[in-house]
Amino acid sequence: MLHINCPFCGLRAQKEFAYGGDATVKRPELNKEVSKEEWDNFVYMRKSPRGKHIELWHHISGCRQWFKVQRDTATHEIFKTAKMSEEIK
Amino acid sequence: MQKYSVFSLIKNAFSDHQNWEVAWKDPTPKSEYDVVIIGGGGHGLASAYYLAKEHKITNVAVIEKGWIGGGNVGRNTTIIRSNFMYDANARFNEFGMDLWRNLSQELNFNVMFSPRGIINLAHSDAQMNAYARRGNSMRLNGIDAKLLNRDEVKKLIPMADFSDEVRFPIFGGLMQPSAGTARHDGVAWGYARQADSMGVDIIQHCEVEGFDVEGGKIKGVRTSKGVIKAKKVGLCVAGSTNILAEKLNMTLPIETHLLQACVSEPVKPVLDGVVTFGAGHFYISQSDKGEMVMGGDLDGYNSYAQRGNLPTIQHVLTGGLALFPFLSRLKMLRTWGGIMDMSMDGSPIIDKTHIEGLYLNCGWCYGGFKSTPVSGWTFAHTIAQDRLHELNADLTLNRFSNGYLLDEKGLGTKTWIS
Repeated sequence: MLHINCPFCGLRAQKEFAYGGDATVKRPELNKEVSKEEWDNFVYMRKSPRGKHIELWHHISGCRQWFKVQRDTATHEIFKTAKMSEEIK
Repeated sequence: MQKYSVFSLIKNAFSDHQNWEVAWKDPTPKSEYDVVIIGGGGHGLASAYYLAKEHKITNVAVIEKGWIGGGNVGRNTTIIRSNFMYDANARFNEFGMDLWRNLSQELNFNVMFSPRGIINLAHSDAQMNAYARRGNSMRLNGIDAKLLNRDEVKKLIPMADFSDEVRFPIFGGLMQPSAGTARHDGVAWGYARQADSMGVDIIQHCEVEGFDVEGGKIKGVRTSKGVIKAKKVGLCVAGSTNILAEKLNMTLPIETHLLQACVSEPVKPVLDGVVTFGAGHFYISQSDKGEMVMGGDLDGYNSYAQRGNLPTIQHVLTGGLALFPFLSRLKMLRTWGGIMDMSMDGSPIIDKTHIEGLYLNCGWCYGGFKSTPVSGWTFAHTIAQDRLHELNADLTLNRFSNGYLLDEKGLGTKTWIS
């Protein structure tokens, strides 16, 4: 069982959370010409590294906030969690 | 290579089975091959076998970082089926069913293919309608499908909960009688043995560290056992596809996720065939040894750990208990996890790449085992002829940008949320 430190509620069990995918994917800018390739990259293409990965989680059975988690995809070690407005480096 | 038969069995009995030939050799890699297949799982070994058999290309190496059959081909729930609605997937897998039926004879190795049928259960009128449509689509592609009502299901799986108290009563189901199971290790070993006998080098414990690409053309692979030159390279490493793609500076429409499965202690025969629960994600069959083989949802987040977490197993078995209450009295023998290439529409990719001589076989999600023969067959064709076969003509890498998705389950890009 993962234990995830929600930036709003503190340490909780994995069962309270839902996964939201890669947090580093950026939506193409609004009100600008967007190429087919840019849409393709945004919607479908993913890096999926073995090791450190920054991802989105949703505290679905808690405060219902989305936030970022930096986790190792091979060992499940969680290094950092942060609010959406914060950067994880 | 010696042929396995009842006579060879008797003959070897006289020498206490000490003198059987090795099933496949353990060669040191040559400096150059016509084709190098990366990944010694079912798909990689099948590809090498059909390259040798169908296309007479025998200067082939299969390189595997662990041991053959140690990855996903040894970590699945052995289900074989072709109950697909979309033409591309249906035709592809029904061709595979024909290969399965003949596989033990062809490989001279008992892969224990057992066409015991699969039943997808329906728990509402809407689901019955959807299955009627799916069954009709299957029949249009020549696949056997049978819509069962509640009583027919009850006759086939009397152990399921048909009482009035259940949250999701069984309305009926869709059955593919010709679907079934096979011995997963046997498939890998059978392909390895035949490929080896035709001159394919199976090189185990050899990890790929990088690729040599010159002028947009593949020249070879750098491995832990030295540089191996190759005219053509096939990537067949479900689960690790993204790791190798990164070394090639390629980004793919794939995320790597973990899927768990489990088996119970062996019991007397209670379940004939494969059953899937339509109200949750749970599937079950009984092995020839009597174990109940079960699986369901992905763990639900990117993972390369070949072991899972308990919450998912609990969640899957909650569904299992809703369907088969008797499971609560069984002890679990073991659970295990394998890492999956989750493609963005839930269908596989067998295609050429922008690098000349580099071919890609990936994105099998959690359904790769059933397609082992046809995946090898079409991948070998794609490599040998340098063009797609009509069976994998739609399983392309660019179908995402072109909008020709094969989204069988309608899950969109979040195939891992199901």
